[in-house]
Amino acid sequence: MTAVATRFAVLVEVQLRPGIADPQGATIERALPALGFVGVHDVRVGKAMRFEVEAADEASARRLVEDMCERFLTNPVIEEASVSVTQVAGVAS
Amino acid sequence: MTAKVGVVLFPGSNCEQDVVEAIRSLGGEAEVLWHGDAHLQAVDAVVLPGGFAHGDYLRPGAIARFSPIMGAVAEFAREGGPVVGICNGFQVLTEAGLVPGALQKNRGLKFLCRMAEVRVETTNSVLTRGADAGAVLRIPINHFEGNYTCDERTLARLRDEDRIVFTYVDNPNGSMADIAGVCNEGRNVVGLMPHPERACNELLGSADGAVLLRSLVDATIAVTR
Repeated sequence: MTAVATRFAVLVEVQLRPGIADPQGATIERALPALGFVGVHDVRVGKAMRFEVEAADEASARRLVEDMCERFLTNPVIEEASVSVTQVAGVAS
Repeated sequence: MTAKVGVVLFPGSNCEQDVVEAIRSLGGEAEVLWHGDAHLQAVDAVVLPGGFAHGDYLRPGAIARFSPIMGAVAEFAREGGPVVGICNGFQVLTEAGLVPGALQKNRGLKFLCRMAEVRVETTNSVLTRGADAGAVLRIPINHFEGNYTCDERTLARLRDEDRIVFTYVDNPNGSMADIAGVCNEGRNVVGLMPHPERACNELLGSADGAVLLRSLVDATIAVTR
């Protein structure tokens, strides 16, 4: 018997931890006024990863992704991730 | 007995032949090991060379850490075997948790390729045993992610335990505490950003790196006995 799995769309946003210098963000922030964009603060550059996972429910999908983040997708020494998980409508696998 | 140094070739490594050449010029034996092999071929020391292992995808060292040979390297390190990670190899060592900290983008956002002055902070490591404490060596750097970062507690520990192996005289990349290289608790695993293998012959502008690789070859002979 196979457990019923549902597919979830995942968005992982990886950012440098607060307090870790972000030279890319600082450079962008310094460049913006040259184009007339003033009043921009706290630019931080990160990366986004999108994928789908199969899991029994949303909580276990989230646990799975958080484990991926901890062990592979981020370097916990300098980075942290925020994870969003949404069920993919109409897809059962 | 001649010490045999294994130099790991990952897809994207590009300094492995330089390390092999330097080790041989110092009287050691060296051979290239393929990252996909799960065993070390009876070598007495391991060097993870510079380059862009696995294209540096995700983060430098993040994928290389899962290469089959890394299990054997970690086991070898646990048993006290000498392991040195140079540049990209240092990044692999941090990702694998064999030395603490992380290497993030250079503060100035520039890829740095030039000669650097590097101070030997401790002679108590497999790479510095033959050097003089406080000696300033001219060794080239060649990296984008060389900005050493760790939390305050780790930094305090590195200081207390004399595990900061090298510092920059003139910090080129924003590294915390000017750190250019560190070692593990056992002092047999050393990671450093500068490239000693590129400074082993006066023709290359400096031979200051020779004392380091010679220390590794000697440490290796000591282990073999």
